[in-house]
Amino acid sequence: MSWASAPTVLFEDVTITYDGNDSPALAHVDLSIEEGELALVVGRTGSGKSTLLGAINGLVPHFTGGHLRGRVLVAGRDIATHRPRDLADVVGVVGQDPLAGFVTETVEAELAYGMEQLGLPPETMRRRVEEVLDVMDIADLRDAPLRDLSGGQQQRVAIGAVLTQHPQVIVLDEPTSALDPTAAEDVLAAISRLVHDLSTTVIVAEHRIERVIHHADSVIHVVDGRVEHGPPAQMMVTSSVAPPVVELGRWAGWSPLPLSVRDARRAAGPLRREIGEVPPPTVPPGQPGGLEAKGVSVRHGRLVAVDDVDLTLRPGTISALMGRNGAGKSSLMWALQGSGQRAAGSVSVDGADPAELGPAVRRTVVGLVPQTPGDLLYLETVGGECERADVDADVSAGTCAALLQEIAPGVPADRHPRDLSEGQRLALVLAIQLTADPPVLLLDEPTRGLDYTAKSALTRALRALVERGRTVLLSTHDVEFVAEAADRVVVMADGEVIADGPTADVVTSSPAFAPQVAKVLAPAPLLTVAAVRAAVGRPTA
Amino acid sequence: MHPGAWWLWAIGLAVAVSQTTNPLVLLLAAAAVTFVVMARRSDSPWARAFTLYAVLGGFIIALRLVLHVLVGLKWGEVLLLPLPEIDLPSWAAGINLLGDLRLEGLLAALFEGMRLAAMILCVGAANALADPKRLLAALPGALQEIGTAIVVAISVAPQLAESARRVHRARLLRGDGARGLRAVARVAMPVLEDTLERSMALAASMDSRGYGRRGETSPARHRTTGALTLGGLLGMAVGSYGILDTSSPEWVGLPLLLLGVLLGALGLASGSSAVSRTTYRPSPWRLPETITALCGVLAALAAFASAHWEPSTLTMPLSPIGPPPLPWLLTLGLLVAILPAVLTPAPPLTRERDRARRITTTEGSHP
Repeated sequence: MSWASAPTVLFEDVTITYDGNDSPALAHVDLSIEEGELALVVGRTGSGKSTLLGAINGLVPHFTGGHLRGRVLVAGRDIATHRPRDLADVVGVVGQDPLAGFVTETVEAELAYGMEQLGLPPETMRRRVEEVLDVMDIADLRDAPLRDLSGGQQQRVAIGAVLTQHPQVIVLDEPTSALDPTAAEDVLAAISRLVHDLSTTVIVAEHRIERVIHHADSVIHVVDGRVEHGPPAQMMVTSSVAPPVVELGRWAGWSPLPLSVRDARRAAGPLRREIGEVPPPTVPPGQPGGLEAKGVSVRHGRLVAVDDVDLTLRPGTISALMGRNGAGKSSLMWALQGSGQRAAGSVSVDGADPAELGPAVRRTVVGLVPQTPGDLLYLETVGGECERADVDADVSAGTCAALLQEIAPGVPADRHPRDLSEGQRLALVLAIQLTADPPVLLLDEPTRGLDYTAKSALTRALRALVERGRTVLLSTHDVEFVAEAADRVVVMADGEVIADGPTADVVTSSPAFAPQVAKVLAPAPLLTVAAVRAAVGRPTA
Repeated sequence: MHPGAWWLWAIGLAVAVSQTTNPLVLLLAAAAVTFVVMARRSDSPWARAFTLYAVLGGFIIALRLVLHVLVGLKWGEVLLLPLPEIDLPSWAAGINLLGDLRLEGLLAALFEGMRLAAMILCVGAANALADPKRLLAALPGALQEIGTAIVVAISVAPQLAESARRVHRARLLRGDGARGLRAVARVAMPVLEDTLERSMALAASMDSRGYGRRGETSPARHRTTGALTLGGLLGMAVGSYGILDTSSPEWVGLPLLLLGVLLGALGLASGSSAVSRTTYRPSPWRLPETITALCGVLAALAAFASAHWEPSTLTMPLSPIGPPPLPWLLTLGLLVAILPAVLTPAPPLTRERDRARRITTTEGSHP
């Protein structure tokens, strides 16, 4: 084998064990990733994905601690003897939150930062910065302060900042998890351009597999520290996590398994004929009560975040609030809850305006789970938080713990809340807010960082809630989650409501918001695999 | 413009100002500094800090006067305001609280306050004219890591405020309207954890982007750098002592200080050559920079010349009170210090603010 064809990333019987843990985070991993390959890493939360990604540039074990056995070679360098900074010229890493990784203040300085560390001559730096500004399509943002950029722009700057170092490998850990569908598409298009034009090796982890799978050359499936590596279609047949289009294909028994909507649509001809005419979804009759908002406006300085919005939330329904980053979703939620500011308009829950109540009473009327649920937690243990919630809500001891057990069984009571997975932490905060038993519950981007399992657990919990006559409004970018969970969709743009109606009507009418199953089976208004199953009346194949 | 040039200019002016309490000269210096700042500051946020320094200067003068009225030694002939003198217990003997206010003492205090205010104004001018971040970028290689640490530390403050605000809002959601110490404890915990997590994320990011990479250094080089730096520090310490202590022999003062500075510079150079780091778009040092720095140095030299040849003109006669004299040499130096206002290129209008505004508006309308 000649040197040129040696794999860019090579794992040889790698086992990584963190200090204080009995079982290894990665066990006996053999992996080889070729030059110019786009490898998608999939797996449930806590399966060892982050450890795998961290090992590629030596952050694991140099930065995180832990014990490494076996050998990891990146561009011929052994990570055991090279620290992350010594690998900076061959591996670039982009994290989930680009803002957390920015060292400088402006786009241009950030792009140059890595090259300055490598000691490249100023002329080279100047040229590469210009090139990357073009490749990432951020040339007109050159002098812009990083904090002022939108999420998608920030993520593209973060990718550009590692690109200037001309790395052979780029590692991306959930690069699109905080982005709306359109911004995510921009970032993914940029990534796929890297692979095709520069033949950079890209290794990307992503929870929402449906966004990336059709770009991927191979899939690395991580289950409990064990790793399988193979072509996407083959890996998806048995994968523990799968996007809806794959689930549909598995259920329908299509072979080869389609990975993109286009392939699935070609295979779906017979299925579409079998389904035939589907009656339009029936809208559940509205019950009285719930939350009524009229003419709500929110201003931040001179910026109008929410502009004269009317919204009625009826008991027994889950509504989803969608729209771009910054469309005013969070501002509206905080204004509805009453803790956030409201410049004009009225909100009423059973005749009471939550903004006029004290915080303790307010949460018994409208509960809100904010975007970073961890902000609500301040005690040492899960059990302590639950007890505190019981005391705060003045209910019998054990209420919150029972709710938590119902939503997410088996969260250890003696665990520190910071050590929980994203899904468990969300469940804990949800349980704390539900302890006060508010008739209306608002959730701001609850699906961030959740895998498919955690998302379906959340759906079940919310469904149980509305069946008890409660009202739920959640904001999210995740169209597949909306298709599974929501009865009604409200779309916001520029602070205004631009669409409002039953989920099937709203999401199928827009290509950006349509879930995969709906795209495959259009014009039939079926959104989920479960709905298809019900329509066909055929059990799982 | 290279930020170092403005700093040299400002330091020169500050040194010149420190030599005199003549109100005429101090006002002239303040006018000169303000004129240059108005002519050559950019439209960036830090440039607006000059007003802040002016306010600080005014505050210092006022404070000096108040202190004089309260505890100062009120000397002189002309009685301004009769005030009762409060006797202090014997352990505080020597301090006079209040007492008759006299013009000469008050004027002396005023001029001292003005001198300090003028020096503050010089520092403010340097801050307004030179981007502090670019100054950090222009540091020698051996100090780059300290520079990065400072930049990171500065950017932590707004983040801290942001997460405190967010956590406080979240506390309301939990029905916790608590104020005071209890609320602080509950907000502090998540905020600190948040900050710690951010710092770890930033450290990981910096590490994986090559921060702290070093070229190979031989142990001998290491020792040389250490010895030079230590020798430099010692020389500077002993030299400054020698200058301040009038009873020490002549050679302990200035010569030793200069030797210390030289050794320190050599140490820095030796340390820097081991660092492989480079700077993106470094600020060039060209003719305007040299002129600016030279003007500052000339002002300082003029002050020393005045102190040598016309020492009586550096203070205003107070007993009896007379008109302030004009020290020709120092005045000439201050006039030279105005030259950068016309001899340096005008700062480019930053595109940044345009851009930033446009971005904010797009974000407001449809991000």
